[in-house]
Amino acid sequence: MIVNWLIGGPQGMGVETSANSFARSCAYAGYWVFGKREYHSNITGEHSYFIVTVSDKPLHSFRDKLDVLATFDERTLRLHINDVKSGGVVIYDAEISLSSLNIKRDDIVFVPIKYNEIIKETAEKFGLGDIKKLQVMRNSICVFASAGILELPAECVEESMKHIFIGKRSKVLEPNKYAGLTAYKYAQSFSHKIEKKLHKREEETKRVILTGTQATALGKLVAGCRFQTYYPITPATDESEFLESIAKKYNMVVIQAEDEIAAITMSIGASLAGARASSSTSGPGFSLMAEALGWSGMNEVPIVIINYQRGGPSTGLPTRHEQGDLKFAIYAGHGEFPRIVLAPGDIQEAFYMVADAFNLAEKYQCPVIVLEDKLLANSVKTINQLDISKVKIERGKILQDSQNGQTLKKFRRFEFSEDGISPRVFLGHEGFIFWNSGDEHDEFGHITEDPENRLRMHEKRMKKLQKIVEETPMEKKIGEFGNPDSKFVVVSWGSTVGVALSALEELKEKGIEFFLLQIKMIHPLDAELVKSKIKGKVKIAVENNYSGQLASHITEKTGEFFDHLILKWTGRPISHDELVSALEKIIKMNYKEKRLVLSYGI
Amino acid sequence: MQNFQSIYRSDVESDWCPGCGDFGILSAIIQALGELEIPPWKCAIFSGIGCSGKTPHFINTYGIHTLHGRPLPFAIGAKMANPSLTVIAISGDGDGYGIGAGHFVNAGRRNVDITYIVHNNGVYGLTKGQASPTLKRGAQPKSLKYPNLNDMVNPIAIALASGYSFVARGFAYNVKHLKEIIKQAIIHKGLALVDVLQPCPVFNTVDTKEKYMERIKILDGNEFPTNDIKKAFEKALDEENLWIGIFYKNPEKETYEERYSEILSSYPSECPANLKMSDEKGNPTTDISEVLSNFLC
Repeated sequence: MIVNWLIGGPQGMGVETSANSFARSCAYAGYWVFGKREYHSNITGEHSYFIVTVSDKPLHSFRDKLDVLATFDERTLRLHINDVKSGGVVIYDAEISLSSLNIKRDDIVFVPIKYNEIIKETAEKFGLGDIKKLQVMRNSICVFASAGILELPAECVEESMKHIFIGKRSKVLEPNKYAGLTAYKYAQSFSHKIEKKLHKREEETKRVILTGTQATALGKLVAGCRFQTYYPITPATDESEFLESIAKKYNMVVIQAEDEIAAITMSIGASLAGARASSSTSGPGFSLMAEALGWSGMNEVPIVIINYQRGGPSTGLPTRHEQGDLKFAIYAGHGEFPRIVLAPGDIQEAFYMVADAFNLAEKYQCPVIVLEDKLLANSVKTINQLDISKVKIERGKILQDSQNGQTLKKFRRFEFSEDGISPRVFLGHEGFIFWNSGDEHDEFGHITEDPENRLRMHEKRMKKLQKIVEETPMEKKIGEFGNPDSKFVVVSWGSTVGVALSALEELKEKGIEFFLLQIKMIHPLDAELVKSKIKGKVKIAVENNYSGQLASHITEKTGEFFDHLILKWTGRPISHDELVSALEKIIKMNYKEKRLVLSYGI
Repeated sequence: MQNFQSIYRSDVESDWCPGCGDFGILSAIIQALGELEIPPWKCAIFSGIGCSGKTPHFINTYGIHTLHGRPLPFAIGAKMANPSLTVIAISGDGDGYGIGAGHFVNAGRRNVDITYIVHNNGVYGLTKGQASPTLKRGAQPKSLKYPNLNDMVNPIAIALASGYSFVARGFAYNVKHLKEIIKQAIIHKGLALVDVLQPCPVFNTVDTKEKYMERIKILDGNEFPTNDIKKAFEKALDEENLWIGIFYKNPEKETYEERYSEILSSYPSECPANLKMSDEKGNPTTDISEVLSNFLC
């Protein structure tokens, strides 16, 4: 059973807060939720909306068609009315005239809410002043009204409100509750008109509700990262701000740098001193980091960079979703140097993968880029409680000896070791010194243009890529779902894997099967492994970009060509319904074209 | 002196041109480290790109030769991760006041306890003598096809305006004076700029050693009030004389490390570089259950 709920309103009016509150309320009632946020690059006024998909089973994606459209302004009503399913519900401001908006849907239930009246009454009861300032209360009223219609217990909403009205906001908790409960009771009188209910259910598994940026931040924390730098950029900033909010307890140094060049170079400096260090950014900031990535590769300094992709190029679609940086992440920076590019498929995986990224960075002494995206960053999802015991910390080769301070050891930081990985010491290590240089260097780190040294040193670095492929276990490189014997293989990466999984489940019920291959370690790609999984099958790539970057990367490395590319670059993530029908077209209806372009959503 | 050379001078041969001011700066740094008895392994020197960028290779400390214009943020990262290090950043004038100007200004806002030495010779020496941000308008050293069209920046005034808590200038041919300034800069608690006038004998045919000598005047440490920022600006903006010495010093200003120690529960005694992040078996020791309890449902 799925209930799909949407709330919308002018940006800055609290839509996100109320969506989070509704999502939490459902989670408290024992449901699984997946919330997707859409907003403009604007502070106040533009239309933003949030879809919360609720289910009694774990969810991999949001849904399009709505069971409940929760509105308190005219624009949201106008823009989303046609997405409401037959038999669905629309909550709207009783002062709006539906006929003047030309809304004629006799197949849905309209629930008029007297927002102004409720707010006025609440203001009088609590002795609150300016009614205009209380308009934000519409959010709470709207959420409670939704709960009332769906018979979601009011105490679940009240519980979630406690997490939202904290600090300075706590003094408005009671008025919001009062106004909300008034609407709740009224809305209950409509509940008999609709079929779907969100009665409380008992769930045994312990779960948490997190956004992608929060899961990423927690992964860093558990991994021992205590040095984070950033320059404000959507949608990456949320992660750093979350870390700032808990920095005190964990002694985490979070620095807002003057630009992304400073951000990454500060992190490299901290890493040289022995910290696990990271920077989080989005496309434009990642572009600025390219030169320093090369320095980190050249000097074999571990760092973890999170790139939350958004619509590009240039400023692009700053608040919208895209997976356009795959090739750039693999090749960013001049010259050749080893790096690792990872892409988690969902919020839970982001936690574990980010924590492990520090191990890879330190083991192979190179930059690790974790490609996340706007959907992953801003979505809120219930996931199984994070299992810290699954996280291990491996810091790679670190020299433990120390000199007694009497003699000074000139340390061969770039020693030609058998496996190409030289032990590290950290700045300040007693009795030792070493050098680093962005110039080609000898074993001590001193500049040299000697061709023999260049031959060996460049190869020492580059050979790490092969080692990474050989040593990384399969489950960290790929994910496999569905029927491996199917003639059709769908290949995807990042948060798009979620919707592919969601489509896989629905199509299976319809008797249509395929094999879903998720690429987790994008670079270095285990070409043989990937080839063995896709060879001989009808190959379909599903990506949120124009050119099918993963598909072309796989082709380059394996020689295997893709038959179909399902693509979308409107800045909106691929939705469940549109992917289901696209896959049906290819698998069942013998669709011949190579490209299938999707565009659903506003 | 001989003793410091043997400890702090590395065995890497320098490839600077004969007569280059960089030699004087190198000597002054080495002597300052020696007289302050800083163990080589306690010190990390970060440099940028250009002739000045090679300096760390000639010194026996941790020497990190970074990117063009970026030694400051690298150095800030290392210092914030491990505040017990003595951290020095080295730039040239193109490196620090040109491509790295954003970091130069913003470092002042933070006042991290590091020393920033800028080799200032008015030209981009390593790329054969183009104009740097400190070359005055109308000057035409030998590589320029026409007189310089850009006005020069005043790094002393910028540093003062940006919040540097120690602002000084030295002259590469007055090693003794420069050494004293560098020593004071290292001792100073907070961000210290040491701008060093350093003729490029090959490419800067305008600002030669002799020309500098004519204009240089030494600020008398006993008479000039280093705690008066207005007086410091006056000296910095003096167009007639080229003042060297300490313009301004404010050891009271809170460092970035101190500001973080007010926010974080046990920084810097527990700093990012010395965190015990796991037990012997590699299990993480960070407990996030309290944070997670806010998200439990």
